[in-house]
Amino acid sequence: MLNERTKAKLVEVVGSANFQDSSEARLVYSYDATPNFQSLPDAVIMPEDKDQVKRILTICNEDHVPIVPRGSGTNLSAGTCPTQGGIVLTFNRMNKILEIDEDNLTVTVQPGVITLDLINAVEAKGLFYPPDPSSMKISTIGGNINECSGGLRGLKYGVTKDYVLGLEVVLANGDCIKTGGKLAKDVAGYDLTNLFVGSEGTLGVVTEAVLKLIPIPETKQTLLALFEDMDAAAKTVSAIIAHKIIPATLEFLDQPTCEVVEDFAQVGLPTDVNAVLLIEQDGPPEVVNRDIEMISRICREGNAVSVKVAASQAEAEALSTARRSALSALARMKPTTILEDATVPRSKISKMVKAINEIAVKYNVKICTFGHAGDGNLHPTCLTDARDEEELQRVEQAFEEIFHKAIELGGTITGEHGVGEMKAPYLALKMGGEGVAAMKAIKYALDPQGIMNPGKIFAKDTRKRVVVRS
Amino acid sequence: MTATKDIQQAFKERLDYDELMNCMRCGFCLPSCPTYGQTNQYEAASPRGRIALMKGVVDGLIEPDESVEKQLNLCLGCRACEPVCPSGVKYGHLLEEARDIIQQKKRHKWPVKALRHMVFEQLFPHKERLKNVHSLLAFYQRSGLQKAVQKTNILNVLPGNLAQMEKTLPPVPTKKEMKERPFLFEAEGTAERTVAFFTGCLMDTMFMETNNATIALLQKAGCKVVIPEVQTCCGALHAHGGEKDQAKKLAKQNIMAFESIQADDIVLNAGGCGALLVEYDHLLKDEPEWKERAEAFAAKVKDFSEILLQQQFVEKQKLSLPSQIITYQDSCHLRNVMKTSSAPRKLIQVINGSVFNEMENADHCCGSAGIYNLTEQEMSMQILDYKMEKVKETHAHTIVTANPGCLIQMKLGVVREGVEGSVRAVHLADLLLEAVESK
Ligand SMILES: Cc1cc2nc3c(=O)[nH]c(=O)nc-3n(C[C@H](O)[C@H](O)[C@H](O)COP(=O)(O)OP(=O)(O)OC[C@H]3O[C@@H](n4cnc5c(N)ncnc54)[C@H](O)[C@@H]3O)c2cc1C
Ligand code: SF4
Ligand code: SF4
Repeated sequence: MLNERTKAKLVEVVGSANFQDSSEARLVYSYDATPNFQSLPDAVIMPEDKDQVKRILTICNEDHVPIVPRGSGTNLSAGTCPTQGGIVLTFNRMNKILEIDEDNLTVTVQPGVITLDLINAVEAKGLFYPPDPSSMKISTIGGNINECSGGLRGLKYGVTKDYVLGLEVVLANGDCIKTGGKLAKDVAGYDLTNLFVGSEGTLGVVTEAVLKLIPIPETKQTLLALFEDMDAAAKTVSAIIAHKIIPATLEFLDQPTCEVVEDFAQVGLPTDVNAVLLIEQDGPPEVVNRDIEMISRICREGNAVSVKVAASQAEAEALSTARRSALSALARMKPTTILEDATVPRSKISKMVKAINEIAVKYNVKICTFGHAGDGNLHPTCLTDARDEEELQRVEQAFEEIFHKAIELGGTITGEHGVGEMKAPYLALKMGGEGVAAMKAIKYALDPQGIMNPGKIFAKDTRKRVVVRS
Repeated sequence: MTATKDIQQAFKERLDYDELMNCMRCGFCLPSCPTYGQTNQYEAASPRGRIALMKGVVDGLIEPDESVEKQLNLCLGCRACEPVCPSGVKYGHLLEEARDIIQQKKRHKWPVKALRHMVFEQLFPHKERLKNVHSLLAFYQRSGLQKAVQKTNILNVLPGNLAQMEKTLPPVPTKKEMKERPFLFEAEGTAERTVAFFTGCLMDTMFMETNNATIALLQKAGCKVVIPEVQTCCGALHAHGGEKDQAKKLAKQNIMAFESIQADDIVLNAGGCGALLVEYDHLLKDEPEWKERAEAFAAKVKDFSEILLQQQFVEKQKLSLPSQIITYQDSCHLRNVMKTSSAPRKLIQVINGSVFNEMENADHCCGSAGIYNLTEQEMSMQILDYKMEKVKETHAHTIVTANPGCLIQMKLGVVREGVEGSVRAVHLADLLLEAVESK
């Protein structure tokens, strides 16, 4: 619990309306989208500007109070679950788009801006902000930056880090620093901008960001290819890239995923084939036509049983929206849905998908797989019931083996969702002891008291994900 | 047992835990929730937050204290969160159950008790009495109840709001008019189907003309219309206000009334009522002897706009109006529960001479929500003001609604904005009849 003195100081900064510690407020900020994690914070604080953030951090640093920065709480790695108590810092009052600079092709935003609002605002001016996580209707830019989120357009356009030009960050001791800026080039010292991107709220609080924009592509076409056999689909993904075509989107869904997605979205996704590729290309019409034709041919040569180009913009939109709902739709099948984020070099997709299926059989658990096939970023998703402890143990073992397999294939334990608390026990798998030590050195140089989102990224022990605490 | 412990126990026993677990906390529902938007994105005022609160009580993480109750009360029950939920969480059912538990276990102060009793048991189940709304209002004011209620914080907003609302109410039909309405209306031309008409309470008293218009339209569309005499209030206010037992009683009465008529459909023009009627099977799910009957009933319930389209009304009738811009405010329950959203729009769009301008967020609740605009006046008015802004952007002269609650609310909006001279709010049925008759 916060002591009264600390509380009084914090209330003085934000006013009592923006400091909440009712049981209701504490409960609703005790979770994020990660299953099986819940833990009550001591209070929730809603600052209005950078100055308030500075004062809050100074107080918390002096009084050793943990701080959990939180966007919309849609992360899937328990990154905003306040497992060490302390305060949750929200940015719902810091949600302004400050400037769209059409000369420099940048947009300057506060962290609480909803991703889709940003995308719509810049598109209204004929500009394009490509990172589009499936959660973009809800997620905030602050959250995207701190998880380095990717999206359906990641294959061709990259992920959040490729669009962050500069940041304003308040450090644990209350200092405020600015990194980068509207510059296209900047090599003054260490690249702190990139250090903070993906830092999961453990190094400081992002209070402003300058993001890069590009011209909006002229046209777009969407294609759906169906395969009897998962392996054929995976091989087709590799073949498309090998033909030196980079589609804007190259998504993969397996049969059970299609079935539930179709049940929710009703867009005419086939439910009787084993694998579906959703492919998009954008750009000048000639290029798009040529690429889509070529992709169709490669799909057919790869034994696709059907290849269909969406007839209208609306049809295409419906298909990608349906894909975005995959995870939540899978949640219909069983009470608990645990989604993973194993990523391999894209030439290894087929091997990885095969391994996932074998591992599911071995541990007798139900795993559906979908994901950003073009990036090699797969989301094996386990449908289970948190109340069945015995099964959860098997799920845990299956995922552990999946991670090992991903690493073995030259991959990683997370492609876009971050480590958070959920995957902290596996970080060393990817980084090795020395790698983790180097990361910790950075963390404690910037946050010696360890108040910034403690318990995240670095595991205290090798405790696995199966925890629920109150 | 203290009331809190009592409530907690009942939450454990009665809330569907599987449904609570079904929420995977993805947050997809957040942007569609009006109260989340109006509270500057406060998680407790969101569907995900409210589900977490209910689960938190069941799990014993929190007590069902006043702040929990406050959040559940602040929910409009508009169910905009349901169609967008990819996990298919039936939020409305959870809310209904939770509210019922809190209401039943709560020890109300007497004026509140008296008022609830009057509204839920003395007023709405009794059509005869509703027909005397005016004298009841007078009773409310004269009996001293009003003064007592004013003293409690809960409803101290009632009189102010009512005063403003009074202006918006249409003249109540005379008793004679109500008594003399026939129970059978033949179709114009050959009868292609027989529909049983659900009259509703408010619709058949304050808005009787709209009911008459609806019947006339159905006749013109080739329907024979029957009005089962012993039907009663749908029970929606009860179900949403935490008086579930009373709602069930009313549901059974209605099922019996409509069973006596072999109609193809049960038709109505009030989305708020319709949403409960189509869920009578859920309401009565724990009563096996009613299951099939309730299912059969629910399967027949349709909004009149759907029937008109199905009956090729627009091909049969020429519709035109003097030049005007029209916009449409969805009734939440019609859209989110009865799943009717395109039929009213299609009907409006074919009217010659008028222009249909879709308003931004037409699917967002107008803030009326049963008696919400009385019990949660501040939030209700905040939502209404937001809504009127969106209306303004369409430059509409006519706001069309499809539910009495929304109609009153939008009329109130027009008054609040002071645009009575240039903007009107009408029920879809009245508009269509006007369009048939306008030469
Ligand atoms: C259905 C669903 C689909 C998803 N799809 C994708 C997808 O396609 N691609 C993808 O990459 N992710 C996806 N995600 C994961 C998640 O949406 C993203 O990680 C998103 O970026 C989180 O945004 P948020 O605003 O909810 O942040 P939160 O979850 O609230 O926070 C995320 C992290 O950022 C930190 N943080 C937030 N704001 C700040 C700040 N201002 N300063 C410092 N730290 C901060 C938090 O401490 C936390 O560590 C999905 C999630 C769901 C539920
Ligand atoms: S959309 Fe459904 S599953 Fe997702 S948070 Fe809302 S209620 Fe829960
Ligand atoms: S019913 Fe309406 S107000 Fe209530 S949580 Fe759902 S969307 Fe929000």
